[in-house]
Amino acid sequence: MSRRPAVHPFSQRGALALRAVVLLYVAMLVLLPLAAVLREGVSEGIMGIWRVVSAPAARDAIWLSLWTAAVVTIINACFGTATAWVLQRYPLPGKRLLSTLVDVPFAIPTLVTGVMLVLLFGPTRPVGRWFELHGVTVLFAPPAIILALAFITVPFVVRAVEPVLAELDPTEEEAAATLGATPLRTFWRVIIPALTPAIASGSLQGFARALAEFGSIVVVSGNIPHRTLTGAVYVFSEVESGRPHAAAAASLVLLAAAVLATLGARAISRRTLVSDA
Amino acid sequence: MRSHPLPSSSPGASSRIAASASHGIVRPPPVIEPARSTRELSTISVAPAAPVPVVVSRWTTGRLAIVAGVVLYLVVVLVLPLIALVVETVRAGFPAVVRALSAPDARFAMQQTLWLTLIAVVVNTVLGVAIALVLVRHRFPGRRLLDAVIDLSLAVSPVMIGLAFLLVLGREGWFGPALEALGGRVAFAFPGLVIATLFVTLPYTVREVANVLAEVGEEEEQVASTLGASAWRTFWKVTLPNIRRGVLLGITLTAARALGEFGAVLVLGGAINRKTETATTYIYGAIEERQVAGAYGMALLLGVVSMLLLLAIERFKDRSPDA
Repeated sequence: MSRRPAVHPFSQRGALALRAVVLLYVAMLVLLPLAAVLREGVSEGIMGIWRVVSAPAARDAIWLSLWTAAVVTIINACFGTATAWVLQRYPLPGKRLLSTLVDVPFAIPTLVTGVMLVLLFGPTRPVGRWFELHGVTVLFAPPAIILALAFITVPFVVRAVEPVLAELDPTEEEAAATLGATPLRTFWRVIIPALTPAIASGSLQGFARALAEFGSIVVVSGNIPHRTLTGAVYVFSEVESGRPHAAAAASLVLLAAAVLATLGARAISRRTLVSDA
Repeated sequence: MRSHPLPSSSPGASSRIAASASHGIVRPPPVIEPARSTRELSTISVAPAAPVPVVVSRWTTGRLAIVAGVVLYLVVVLVLPLIALVVETVRAGFPAVVRALSAPDARFAMQQTLWLTLIAVVVNTVLGVAIALVLVRHRFPGRRLLDAVIDLSLAVSPVMIGLAFLLVLGREGWFGPALEALGGRVAFAFPGLVIATLFVTLPYTVREVANVLAEVGEEEEQVASTLGASAWRTFWKVTLPNIRRGVLLGITLTAARALGEFGAVLVLGGAINRKTETATTYIYGAIEERQVAGAYGMALLLGVVSMLLLLAIERFKDRSPDA
């Protein structure tokens, strides 16, 4: 963003009116409802939140959300970086198709993702039966949650790493090669360090997205308390059972984790911007 | 600029690849678009000096293995589920699917989703452009906070959005009694669906337009206003043509999100048959009632429409020169 002093072509009064409308809209649409959740969540004090999330059902649900999101984040850090690498560096036929494929999760409704996974891994379907025969239960078990999260978070690391990879200064790689480094060594010593902020930022965004996921999980996980009930689905069940306080308290804890991840991603990518300039 | 799920291709890339053409890599001549900002200009004038073989020219076993791994992963995670949906819908039988989807409750759900998508696109395009203008062009305390709030709205779980609006607008919510006295209902009614959809689709147009606004800079706008154009005229004649691509991309992303929203409309709307049912909650209900044809058919329909929107999204994204 430009850092010139504030000169804009809008008349002062018009600019103020525009700003007022914008701030009012965002405040009413986003801040007011979130404030309501905060108020409901802390209505029984901080200890009230603790009582809710330390109860076994909520604790297991939040823990399940955290660890499945973490697993998917690690998967994405690896495969997302590799995908960005292939898209940027290899003269692959059909690359455009591959790139479009990466954006599929942005378009497909998450509930439809869930339905697709049920159809693929249901115990009576060919793929599901094959896994069943080999002793792996996918549907209504953590693997299904991980597959759903992996589907919806594919683009984050890829799209964070790609532009950085495109702008990478190639002289460093050449220097490494000239000094006799193998391609693998160059990759680990030169390229990966340069990409680390982008990988971390994309991974954190994906992590936040995974924590919030509801639509795909609610149909694939079976929602068995203590085993396959995730945090977001726990919040849903509390809302449906008319327990707004428990729902608000649990969602505040989940939101806090997601906000931390988002702020982390923002901080990291801003730092790379500064070092770029 | 911060990294973003849908970044436009970087300004430096085209010139780098132009340089790499001299290293024997066969590729179509790069299309260098007219520079739109001083930053881009400087990149283009400097880059050709650096010899840059950034694209590999030879396939080794290791490289083939990486490509195979990536393609295999994407096929297993993304493509197989898509195929499963098509196959199972076909197996459910075309006549049964058509019958289910032309039933009144399915048609109602589809109409409702269309209306919600339309409203979200109109409102959040107009206000999204306004928010982007304020974010990029205005300087005021709280600008950073506004930026962060827009980013954070993406991290809020749809279920939590539903809960939040219930606490504000529900019968026992902050404004519930007032709304009741006025005779209006928001929760478990159409207005609730609208508000939930507006929340979840808020960031898309803002992000895309803000990126383009920052990229094009404000010189042209300043020239226009120096030449005596009113703010309104400057917006229509200079700013809007410049941000057109961002607006179109924002509209398609907003539509895709509105079409597919599930958690927030389920909680705030209650999925009441023929009242607050949307296409997604219809699928959910049909699964619970084991109406296979309806559930798979509607899921496939949403999937197909989403894929069409995806094609539009890919079109509106800056095409990289090797496309």
